[in-house]
Amino acid sequence: MNLHAQGGVMGLEQILHELKHFLPAQAPLKDFVHHNTLHAYQHLPFFQGLKQASDQFGYKGFLSLTEYRSLYREGKIKGAILKKILEDQFGDQANIWLVKLLDESQERYTSPKIGQFRSHWRSDYHFNLDKTIHPFLFRLLSAYLDQGISIWSFPLEAKGFLDSIRQLQLDSYSSIFTSKRVVKLLQDPNLNLEVLLKILVGDPRGYGWYLFDQQFAHPGWSGMVSVLEEQPESLLDSKGITLKDFIMVECLLEINALDKKFGEKWVPLGQKFSYDTRNLFEIELIEELDLVRQCWQEAYEWSYYDEVLAGIRAVAPTEGSISIPSFQALFCIDDRECSTRRHLEYIDPNCATFGTPGFFSVEFYFQPEYGKFYTKSCPAPVTPKFLIKETAKHKKLSSDVHFHQNNHSLVRGWLRAHTLGFWSALRLVGNVLSPSSSALEVSSFNHMDPKGSLTILYRGEEENGLQVGFKVEEMVDRIEGLLRSIGLVERFSPLVYLIGHGASSINNTHYAGYDCGACCGRPGSVNARVAACMANYPEVRVQLKARGIDIPAETQFLGGLHDTTKDELLFFDEEILLEANKKLHLENQEKFVRVLDINSLERSRRFDTLDKNKSIGGLHDAVKKRAFSLFEPRPEYNHATNALCIVSRKSTLKGLFFDRRAFLNSYDYRKDAEGKSLTRILSAAIPVCGGINLEYYFSRMDPDKLGAGTKLPHNVMGLIGVANGADGDLRTGLPYQMVEIHDPIRLLMVVEQVPELVHQVINSVPALLEWVSNTWVHLVVLDPNSGDFLRWVDDKFVVYSPLTTVEHLDHLQDKLLSSQQNLPVYLINSL
Amino acid sequence: MELSNWIQLMIGIPLLGFLISLAVPENKETWLSRVAFFTAGINLLSTLVFLVFWILQGGKDLNLKEILLFKNDQFEFLIDFFFDRISAVYLVVGAILTFLVTFYSRYYLHREPGYKRFFNTVLFFYLGFNLTILSGNFETLFVGWEVLGLSSFLLVAFYRKNLLPSRNAIKVFSIYRIGDVGLILAMWASHHLWHANVTFLDLTDAQRVVDQQLGHSGIALFIGLMLLLAAAAKSAQFPFSSWLPRAMEGPTPSSAIFYGSLSVHLGVFLLLRSYPFWENQVLVRILIGAIGLITAIVSTTIARVQTSVKTQIGYASLTQIGIMFLEVAAGLELLALVHFAGNAFLRTYQLLVSPSVVSYLIREQFYGFVPKKKQGGSTWKNRLYLSVYVWSLKEWNLDRFIQGIIFRPLKKLGHRLDFLRYRTLLLYFIPSYGIGVYLLVQGYVLPYWLHQILPLLFAFLALLMVLKSFTERKSVRLAWMMLWMNHFWMVLAIAENENFAGAEIGIYLSGVIFFGALGWALIGWMTQQHGDFGLYEYQGLVRQHPMVAFLFLLAILGLIGFPISPTFIGEDLLFSHIHEDQFVLAFLAALAFVMEGVAAVRIYARLFLGGITKSSSLLHSASSPETNK
Repeated sequence: MNLHAQGGVMGLEQILHELKHFLPAQAPLKDFVHHNTLHAYQHLPFFQGLKQASDQFGYKGFLSLTEYRSLYREGKIKGAILKKILEDQFGDQANIWLVKLLDESQERYTSPKIGQFRSHWRSDYHFNLDKTIHPFLFRLLSAYLDQGISIWSFPLEAKGFLDSIRQLQLDSYSSIFTSKRVVKLLQDPNLNLEVLLKILVGDPRGYGWYLFDQQFAHPGWSGMVSVLEEQPESLLDSKGITLKDFIMVECLLEINALDKKFGEKWVPLGQKFSYDTRNLFEIELIEELDLVRQCWQEAYEWSYYDEVLAGIRAVAPTEGSISIPSFQALFCIDDRECSTRRHLEYIDPNCATFGTPGFFSVEFYFQPEYGKFYTKSCPAPVTPKFLIKETAKHKKLSSDVHFHQNNHSLVRGWLRAHTLGFWSALRLVGNVLSPSSSALEVSSFNHMDPKGSLTILYRGEEENGLQVGFKVEEMVDRIEGLLRSIGLVERFSPLVYLIGHGASSINNTHYAGYDCGACCGRPGSVNARVAACMANYPEVRVQLKARGIDIPAETQFLGGLHDTTKDELLFFDEEILLEANKKLHLENQEKFVRVLDINSLERSRRFDTLDKNKSIGGLHDAVKKRAFSLFEPRPEYNHATNALCIVSRKSTLKGLFFDRRAFLNSYDYRKDAEGKSLTRILSAAIPVCGGINLEYYFSRMDPDKLGAGTKLPHNVMGLIGVANGADGDLRTGLPYQMVEIHDPIRLLMVVEQVPELVHQVINSVPALLEWVSNTWVHLVVLDPNSGDFLRWVDDKFVVYSPLTTVEHLDHLQDKLLSSQQNLPVYLINSL
Repeated sequence: MELSNWIQLMIGIPLLGFLISLAVPENKETWLSRVAFFTAGINLLSTLVFLVFWILQGGKDLNLKEILLFKNDQFEFLIDFFFDRISAVYLVVGAILTFLVTFYSRYYLHREPGYKRFFNTVLFFYLGFNLTILSGNFETLFVGWEVLGLSSFLLVAFYRKNLLPSRNAIKVFSIYRIGDVGLILAMWASHHLWHANVTFLDLTDAQRVVDQQLGHSGIALFIGLMLLLAAAAKSAQFPFSSWLPRAMEGPTPSSAIFYGSLSVHLGVFLLLRSYPFWENQVLVRILIGAIGLITAIVSTTIARVQTSVKTQIGYASLTQIGIMFLEVAAGLELLALVHFAGNAFLRTYQLLVSPSVVSYLIREQFYGFVPKKKQGGSTWKNRLYLSVYVWSLKEWNLDRFIQGIIFRPLKKLGHRLDFLRYRTLLLYFIPSYGIGVYLLVQGYVLPYWLHQILPLLFAFLALLMVLKSFTERKSVRLAWMMLWMNHFWMVLAIAENENFAGAEIGIYLSGVIFFGALGWALIGWMTQQHGDFGLYEYQGLVRQHPMVAFLFLLAILGLIGFPISPTFIGEDLLFSHIHEDQFVLAFLAALAFVMEGVAAVRIYARLFLGGITKSSSLLHSASSPETNK
């Protein structure tokens, strides 16, 4: 931000640009992707960013002192760690600061800068402008953007918001604006924002502050407009809109309301009260209380990180066995697969599991049979050039009459109340007393028809600028990249599984946030199936061999989908398997069934309302039921409790229990001397995992402003967002039910590689450097040569020696159901 | 056992459940949900068993005289119950839905701060619902009616830290209160018409009704209209419709059961119940039908442009309720009952599954999207369509209409007293009240015309007090004092009007004095803690002082004549002393009654609710334990 460098008055374009930068960047519900809620501050060091966010917008980035102190008393913030952090920070003053932390410091509240300028309407003009115009403004915008809730959709071509409002005003007998001045302004084709602000504010120095106040009085709707301006393709029923248009309509409504209240002669706000936009962005000085909070937060974080590093140190080095594993399975790096992989390796110690982003290095758009649109199936920032189309013969969509629009009309509604009404009673009794699958459900298995076929091989077809299918070289590039990045280049088992993941839920507006983040919030089934198919093509095998990866002919890849809510697993294209592999696959399937049972048992410990006195099968059934119980706001806990991202060999972590808190990305430092794979891995892992982590962090720290609050009163608006009640602003961030069990700590990245190489990789990508050096994620390198941990501090590596030790468990299940809380890191011998 | 005694069970079980749920500690989620589950479950079961017996015995109307609360030679206050097929349908639908929703909420509300409050309120609502539909006379019905109004207020304001729920809760309560006036005036007029407290059983005697109404067509018409007012407000009919979507602020299940199904259909119930009364009045029937029709048409257009799923369901439900009014007006009782049951189930279900609409409709759109054709050009047809669209989007300005014709003029009137200050208040009050009392004592020597005007004058003063309290912003204490004093003026007005016994005044004022003093003491204590902060903003003090908030709620309820205070009977008594030709006095008294409720709830809301934007982190530590599990 170079607001200061300007010296003079900010131009309107620049103000708008800044506004877009600061507004919440959350896409419509169906495209929900996790991101750093405070991305606008990422150019600043983390704690400075929190300070700015707090002073400017009143966002909370810390727990309350009371909460930190009680965490300390409970032992979740460890005394030794706290002491070390204070000593590092304050040297011999550490004890004085300890007293401040534990006792002396008092919570203090200062009101944020945002909103102060515009609050004079209320306090000095005695006019509640927001109360007067917000409900109608939201209605108008929501009607314009609506994706299919209303029966009478917006009656005009949605080319631009201001144009449409203008046309509504001029072409109808009703009036949106009643002030003569506003009607005249509206008719002026050269109307610009400057004119409106001159009437409202008067003083150009205050324009920026005024617009920030105005837009941050409803950040949800403004943020949505700003996102839709950037990515209009997020709306299936497309609507042209810009933030500037929206602001102009709001300003017109404001002038209209003021004119009606005071006549056309009122003094612009800025002429009575002088506010300078530059003051809104001033860098704030860190004060004592900020330091106290920082130390608490760091101590909270390192209390857990220290255990993790102590755990890694305690793993006994094993000689990699030379025998070929019974099978190999590639999972997504998702923290929810962390336990699945652990169970699998204990149930079959001879297998090998890997973690890699769940799009399996194949990026494309997917169009299912009968689908009218394409869906992106790769990380959100990537723009694919490929299209995969599905052909399925007997595909049918299940439907539910309750959503039919006739219910809302007069005569047909009357008929339906007499007939459908009683059917509803039965449905309700049925679903409440015994939940079962229905058309209302979002099921990951429905994303793609497993019986259908996909156009994977390019046959000369193009569609809308996309290439339908991949050419052989393109396939080889992707499979090679996939295998090299995880270090799987030799000793292939007869069966290599590629297992994507997705989730199932019902009555869940945030369903997209539960699916695979690496597949842009969709289930990873198509990617797993496509990648497996590519790796099985004989031509691909030939070329891979030429590039040094020799996959035996009897090795077969098999795609699958893991439903993380129900803990079910579905494999695709099993009929291609060779006889011998079919037999092996049958054996493996039994293992997978056991894994899924134990996995659901481990997950069940977090579910408070679930009765644990059941057999393991009974528990699994109860867990499955959560996916289609209308009244269950927590079908699963998604990424809650995530805290780690580890890029290493699996053997480095052998036997460690991370309580489903780690993103695990497989990486063999020995096979990547130049750091090419590492650059690819970190370029994906840091923004993706860091984004997930920070979204949880901020939604948990400030559920009112940065999170979406409790989801129970949420009301769906236009299919794009949720609001509280009828007249509220859109809620951004995560609902409280998703983050309630989350411990708000930043992500710790652990990378197993030579420190010099890591340093070089981080420095070669500016975006990564920003994440790491501003400590929006922590980075620790495990030096494979010395075994030392090196912590990234101020762009240098500093040796870190863990202070704690980890407990060694014979049986994990002894501990597992003992508590709903986060469990410490254990070294375990068996499940 | 006499079949009618079963009715007690239908009241007793929810009452018992409600009382038990009050006693369960806050953190015992399982106990709370079990109490609610068993209350609703046992009640559903007993209802079904009862129905079987009732049908076997021929389905005759039942009447149960219960408790005599007050009696003098011209007035008795009787709790009375009545059961017929209308009650039967409402009872069963209510029991099924309440049972399902308590079961549903048990999991849905898990870990929600306010879990206990939620189940308390739902059971309280259920009690009020059963009281209303089983009531045998207007007095009993009114008790239930008041309980429903309060529980609605509490559930809309369930998220009491937030501004919009708090504000909308007042809005809902205000409209309900307007409906209450209809009921009070109907009671007043019917008292004069029958010269006794008529029961609903009496109304089934068609000949008697006709005889009574003969020669009193004016007052009979008045009663009919007042009943319609009460019914229209409760069922959000035209022009009161705009409160319904704004009531959808609580957790989804409470919105479903209250505003989707049970609460909002009670206006229809009132009309069905009082049908024999206005059956022969063509004008009333036409009006009911007209209001129903207008509501149906207006709300179907509004429903069509709604872009939020809950408000759409709300307005769609309203459309059907409008048609029910039509059916009732046409005398199609059975059809209306079936329609009610179907609509209640349908809307409950739709609201409960409303979050699923996103994935469902997007999937539908993904596979079957056809871009809609937009009309162009400025033909008059197109212009009209655009106009209807915009008007519907503005909800035909109904909200502004109610504000404009009812509340804004009253506010203006209230501002006339802006010269009053808390410290100087008594300087005005004691002398003027002294004069009032003096005039009362001297009543016999006053000229006749003055004697006629004085009650009106005093009642008007009482109303002014209330309105001042309603508009006061600077001082909480002043607002409260004005509210308190209104009752004294009102007593004076009625005493001036007609001699009535000290005992009756005692009944009326005992509640006023006790609860007024309680409220005054609580405000005094809080002023000591925080200074006299005025009523400019929603203060959200409930977080710091939950117990004080609860006591203060009791105080306002007692003061405004909620059935926990003798003032409740007193208010009825008071009205019985207004002559049947004194419409103006009755109107003033009724208006004061409405506005004192609204003013009191407003004080409560501004003191204790809302406040999330202000000083939230300062208060954070007070509310953090629940977030730290």
